[in-house]
This record gives sequence, structure tokens and C-alpha cells, in this order.
Amino acid sequence: MYVAVKGGESAIENAHRLLADRRRGDRSLPAITEAQIVEQLSLSVDRVMAEASLYDPGLAALAIRQARGDMIEAIFILRAYRTTLPRLAVSRPVDTAAMRIERRISATYKDLPGGQLLGPTFDYTHRLIDPALVGEPDVPEAAVAEVTGEPVMRVADILAHESLIELEPRVDAEPGDITREPTEFPMPRAERLQSLARGDEGFLLALAYSTQRGYGRSHPFVGEIRIGLVEVEIDVPELGFAVSLGEIRLTECQMVNQFKGSAEKPPQFTRGYGLVFGQSERKAMAMSLCDRALRAAEYGEDITAPAQDEEFVISHCDNVQATGFVEHLKLPHYVDFQAELGLVRRLRANYDAARAAEPEDDSFEEAAQ
Amino acid sequence: MSAVTMSEAGTNFAYLDEETKRMIRRAILKAIAIPGYQVPFASREMPMPYGWGTGGVQVTAAVIGPDDVLKVIDQGADDTTNAVSIRAFFRKVARVAVTTHTAEATVIQTRHRIPEHPLIEGQILVYQVPIPEPLRFLEPRETETRTMHALEEYGLMHVKLYEDIAHHGRIATSYAYPVKVAGRYVMDPSPIPKFDNPKMHLSPALQLFGAGREKRIYAIPPHTDVRSLDFEDHPFEIQRFDEPCALCGARNVYLDEVILDDRGGRMFVCSDTDNCESRQADAQKETAA
Amino acid sequence: MSEGPLLIARDVGKNYGNRIGCTDVSFDLWPGEVLAIVGESGSGKTTLLNCLSTRLNADRGTVTYRMRDGVARDLAALGEAERRFLMRTDWGFVHQNPADGLRMGVSAGANVGERLMAVGNRHYGRIRHCAEDWLNRVEIDVDRIDDRPRAFSGGMRQRLQIARNLVTSPRLVFMDEPTGGLDVSVQARLLDLVRGLVRDLGLSVIIVTHDLAVARLLSHRMMVMKEGRVIEQGLTDRVLDDPREPYTQLLVSSIPQA
Repeated sequence: MYVAVKGGESAIENAHRLLADRRRGDRSLPAITEAQIVEQLSLSVDRVMAEASLYDPGLAALAIRQARGDMIEAIFILRAYRTTLPRLAVSRPVDTAAMRIERRISATYKDLPGGQLLGPTFDYTHRLIDPALVGEPDVPEAAVAEVTGEPVMRVADILAHESLIELEPRVDAEPGDITREPTEFPMPRAERLQSLARGDEGFLLALAYSTQRGYGRSHPFVGEIRIGLVEVEIDVPELGFAVSLGEIRLTECQMVNQFKGSAEKPPQFTRGYGLVFGQSERKAMAMSLCDRALRAAEYGEDITAPAQDEEFVISHCDNVQATGFVEHLKLPHYVDFQAELGLVRRLRANYDAARAAEPEDDSFEEAAQ
Repeated sequence: MSAVTMSEAGTNFAYLDEETKRMIRRAILKAIAIPGYQVPFASREMPMPYGWGTGGVQVTAAVIGPDDVLKVIDQGADDTTNAVSIRAFFRKVARVAVTTHTAEATVIQTRHRIPEHPLIEGQILVYQVPIPEPLRFLEPRETETRTMHALEEYGLMHVKLYEDIAHHGRIATSYAYPVKVAGRYVMDPSPIPKFDNPKMHLSPALQLFGAGREKRIYAIPPHTDVRSLDFEDHPFEIQRFDEPCALCGARNVYLDEVILDDRGGRMFVCSDTDNCESRQADAQKETAA
Repeated sequence: MSEGPLLIARDVGKNYGNRIGCTDVSFDLWPGEVLAIVGESGSGKTTLLNCLSTRLNADRGTVTYRMRDGVARDLAALGEAERRFLMRTDWGFVHQNPADGLRMGVSAGANVGERLMAVGNRHYGRIRHCAEDWLNRVEIDVDRIDDRPRAFSGGMRQRLQIARNLVTSPRLVFMDEPTGGLDVSVQARLLDLVRGLVRDLGLSVIIVTHDLAVARLLSHRMMVMKEGRVIEQGLTDRVLDDPREPYTQLLVSSIPQA
């Protein structure tokens, strides 16, 4: 006699125990610590913070560990935690002009005030796998130049002096929050940038790449990339002045794009903007290319490529949404499948009946024709 | 914070903070006021994946109170893994009583089915919705589909049904079958089999639909007219099964096909496990009496 | 019972930045009248057609249309819902490329039936019958009713597009180079068909064409456009046989005489 399947609860429990076991792995090896992840896998931590929209290296490291190193899973865990947090205040816009620079490069000017500063980059390393890293080698301290304290001016501001780049008027209104308000299309640019900032690095990278290969060309130059620490301040009305909450590391990319002018706008350079938590140049650059592509309508450019299509890009750039929906296909669909099964059987019966009713030499004639 | 509002998981009652619940309730009220209209809401990141019921979970979290009795089903069954997982979630974060009996529940969260046992006034049925937009596969653009709803431009919907009949001799949509609510909005009833569509019509229960990933909530208030789209000469019809449930003998219920071996052996049993078990228990009592 | 013009355009103009799309265009279109707008490419005729049919917003001037209830309405003042309703009931628009006016992914029958369903027709049998009737009228074999337009030749697609537009008995049809992409022999057959339909149904038509032969065959009146302006208009025979403007004379002399 058939008995309906039972025991979902214990099955889940057992699966989770097995997961915890696999996560720990070989017990003869020491367990990895969050501090080690923060210090030694810091770019993973940065990515998780960026795409979870939550700046907390310790928690991000914990999420990575909990997720067994699966980045999207870690991002998901951190986002779910973020939901439970109250929104206490809106910070002042961070001042990236006053950033304590760790890296700053420009592809548009050979030399410029503040200089080019390579910082901790993989660029110009030869990607040879390095056996010297095995074990615990001694690593000498880095030589770091004296901080002059002189502000490093932004390349976009240099162009702005000559009115050769579009101005970004300062907006004092409180920006929207895509995690607290429903998204509606078309989106204001501020909210679009929020979506891109937490968008999947791989997806944005591929879209950005597509604009370079002719699917929505924008003639980009890296005006500047800067990585460093900025202060986060909030206004406290009771005190009448801003209070610093501490510093966060950001990567900012100002892409400068050629623009020949339209009916409404004079010829000038336009910008694509990228700003990401932590050190993530690839993401910031991809974001700025996507931002510029998505501004096509603003400049009267034809919208022909996927990267220029706001609904397409914004609706699909969130990897937590994407992974959830793709993976939900493994949930049971018995009921719908049963309905389709019934339909296909009926259609099949009709088809077979129709074929059987046809005189046979008909098909012969057709073949002969 | 009082003991009532703080759960053992250390989060607010029913996981979401009160501000968020208020926001969702406002969306729900608007949805009830405009039956079938998709109200955008600021869907939150939930601790389960998008596409696994985050919309339903948020709606349930916003409407559930400490005295509610919750039932969660997936594919009609209380014991499927995702139903178990969501039920466990609410037991943990809201400490509400749970049940598998449709008649005992005040809030029922469902994926893909409407219970066979008729719902009554005071009950809330919360549907998990993957794609809320019935026009989505005809028109991918959100800005355009919203305009089509606003202008009641639903000709395209019938084009699809026309094509079905022209090519297959019948309407070949077997689940997520579109309905018109209160004579105005065309609505996707979530991927329930069309067998369940008639249960939505004039139901005394409140029906709420939550789509988390797509950030939409919509509703069918109690006693609302819900019509499945069709043609006058090709009227809407539901699936019929040739045989009764092999376990409880029920007819006119939705059945799952169970494969018994690799030689084509199969049987049909109730998809609604609670209904099936109750009927079996009743039958046993009768034979014992 | 004619109450006056069906459509009145006054000083219609549209710019693209500093460049003129079209400007200072005024005319009346009467019921049953076929008006051809001719000119070389870039002369502004398609811009004008799009302004008249509300597919583009004109920057200047007004376009007034006498609705089915007899009331003349300023088209710019119509709401989105009214505008869309007008476009799928009392108007038709035939695109040069049939793919722009057809749903290439659904059957010919559904293409013809869509407008009927859009205005609330809910009887499959009657919709299908009506589709068959229209396929007949545009000389498409009724056996092809369940085929998709992808499987159709260019000429068939264009005829299907016309049927799809005419099924709700519109009073005004806009046509943008309807014979543009077709072979000469296919063009002749299509023009013949359009001429017959226009006559039988009493349609008003505004047709854009660069082909003066098309204008001669179909239109009662024509407007010649150059650099966004109408430089000459009048009865088609008069304009073609006795062109006044040097530019029109040049255009006319460049086509082989019948």
C-alpha cells in the first residue's frame, strides 16, 4: 500500500547537520577565524559588503565562513541580517575629495596635482602562481610615503573648471532608498546608482564589456579611480553640527565620456559614476560604464543595446534575486506539472486520433510530391 | 520592548520591525481597496531566498498576530520541505500556534494550491507569487504593462487564448490561468492549477498575494467576483480526473500522480494531504462505530 | 450628411534640435479622400505623418479630428486612453515594414482578430469568421489562417497588415510607404487591392510615398514637401500634369511617364 511521503522536518534537520559538518571540514586542521578572513581575504569581504549594502567587515567575514566561501550566499546572509536593522539616520554625502588616498590613478592626465599613486594593486604583477606563498613566509612591511595632508583634487573637478564636463548640481533632498521604497521605472539616477552599487559584479562587468564591444558604445576614459578612506558623518540636529561615525574604505571611479552635444545640451564630456564599498576597482569601473550607458535617453542617444535598457539592467543585476528565482525551480512543482501532464496527454490523444483518421496513402503522395 | 513583540530568535515579533509591517499593511489595504491591482511595495530582504515565498512570508508577517493559527502548504501538502521550513520560521519568530487542518487555521500561506476544504469568513489565504504580472510573457516591459492595466488594454491576453484554440483546439493554459477581478483588473492567480480558479470566486475568505522579488502585493477581498478569462463559445473549464483518490476515494479534488515503478505503474492521490488524511480518519471512525 | 473635414491640420511643426523636421503645414482632409504626401527622403513627410497620427508630439500647431460622435477634438488634448482607443478602432496605421505593424509571433488569424478582442469581442467563432473574411478580402488563402506571418512573403505580410488595420472599420488610415520594400509586380497587385478597398469602404487615407506613380494611382490630392515645408499642393492630376514649382517639375520629370 502506498503511503504519502512524510518526514520533511527531519530531512531538513539532517541536511543542515551534514552542511555544518562539511563546513567544518577536516577537524585535524585549525578552524579559520573571522579575523583571518578580514585580514587575508579582504577583497572577498569587500565584495560581500558592497553587494549586501552593509559595511561591517567582521559580519561579512562571518557570512563568508558560514557560506563556505560561496560569495552570493554570503551576500544573501548579510542582506537578510541588514533587513532587521533599524534605519537610524541618513549620513551626509561622503566627501571623496577629502579621501585619505591609498590609490589614485588617472588615464586622462599624465601628471596632475596629487600625483598618480598605484597603491595595493594586482596591476603589473605577473600572474605566475607563487609557490613562495605556501606556508607562512615572512612578508616585509610595506614602505608607505608620508601623508602630506594636501587634498588630492578630483579629475572631474579639473574639467569642471573649464566647463568641459557636465555639472552635477548638488541635491540636498534626502535620496530615495531602494531597500525601503518600491522600485518604479523609470528610476531617478540616484536610485539607479544604488541598484548598480549592490548589483552583481559579474553581471555588471559583462554589461560594461558589451558597451566596449559596440553594444551601446560610450567612448569612455578613466578620468580617475581613487581608493581610500572617507569619513562618514551624520548631522545631529540637537547638537547643530555633524558628528563623525568613523571611516570606511571606498572605491570611486569617474568615467569621462565623449559627447558631441544634442539639441538641449552643448558638446561636453559626460560622466559615468561608480562608487563601491571597499577596494573593488573592477566593480567601480563596470558600474560607471553601466551608469553612463543607462543615461542614453538623457542625451538623446538611441537605445539599442542591453546595457542601455534600464528595466533590463536594473531588474536583473541583483544576484540575490537572481539566484533565488533560478534556484526556486528545484522546489516542487508537482501540481503544475500534473496540470501540464494532463494537457499534453489530451493533446497527444487528439493528435494520435487525427493521424489515425487520415487515409494512409495521403502521406505517400506527399512524400512523392 | 515587551515580551509579546520580541521573539525567541531575538528579532521583532514575526521577524519584521513594526515600521516595515506598517508599510506592508498599507500596501495590503490599498490592494484590498483596488481588487486585483498590483500595489508596489518595498519588499525586504528575507532570510529565505527570493522565489521561495518571500512575498508570502512578508504578507503573513504583516497580518499575523500572537493569537493566530498558521497553516503552511506547498503543492497542497503541509509536509513538503519548503512548507515545513516556512512554518518553522514563524514558529520561531512569532511563536504562533500551527496546524495542518484547514478549518482550524486563521492564516494559511500557500504555494500553488487552494485547500479543498471550503474557506470561511475570517480566514486569510496568503499566496506566494513568483511572477505577479499576467501580461509579462506577452509584454516584458513593466512601464508598458502598467499602462495596459491602467487603460484596461487586455486584448493581447485574449490573443494568447485565441492562439491556443487555433493550434490546439482548446485553451492550453493549465495553471496560473488569468482571471478578471471585480470586472476590472486582469490578475495572475499565482501558479495554482486552473482546477482551483473557481474557489477564488466569491470566496468568503480574504485572499492576499505577495510577490517578494517583484515587489508587488495584490488582493481579492471577500465575496469578490473572480472570472477566469475565456471565450463565449470556448468557456473556461477545469481539469477532471477519471478516477478518485486511491487513498481516500475523494472525487472532484485535485490529484497528484504517483509513479509506483518503472513499468508505467502509477496511482492518483489527493494533492491536499490534510483533506485526504481527514477523510481517511473519518472513514476509519465510521467502520469502527 | 457630410459635416465637414475629418481632419484639420493647422501650422503643424516639429523640430529636432535646431533642425526642422516639418513646419507650417496646414490642410483639411475630407471623408473618403486620399491625400498623398510626397517628397524625397529627408523632406519631412514621415515626421509630418507621425505628428498627424499622434505617434510624435508636434512642437507647434494643432491637429483636429472629427470623432465618430461627430465632435471635433484637438488630438493633443486627448488622454492616453482615448488616444490609444482611437488608434485601434477608428484609425489604422500601415507601416512600410510589415514586421513593425504585425505580431510576427502569432498566427495570421490572431493578427486580424486582435483589434476585435481589444474592443471586447469574446466569441472565438465569430472572431475567426471575421478573420477569414478579411483574409479573403486581402487575397490571402484562408488555409493560411493559422500560419505565422514569418512564413509569409513580403507582399502577403503587407496585405495582412492592411487586413489587421481594417477589421474595426476605421475611417482614417495612415500609410507610410506601404509599397516600399516590395518588387514592382507585387507593388502593382497591392496598389490595386488598396485602391479597391479605399473605394469600397469609403476610407480616408493619408499616404506618405516617395513614388509619384503610387500617388497618381491612389490619391485624389497631393502635397509636395521639401526641407520640411509643403511647397505645392493640389489635385493629384493637376500637380503631376502641370507642376508649378521648379522642384515639383524636377520630381515629375524624373519618373517615367505612363
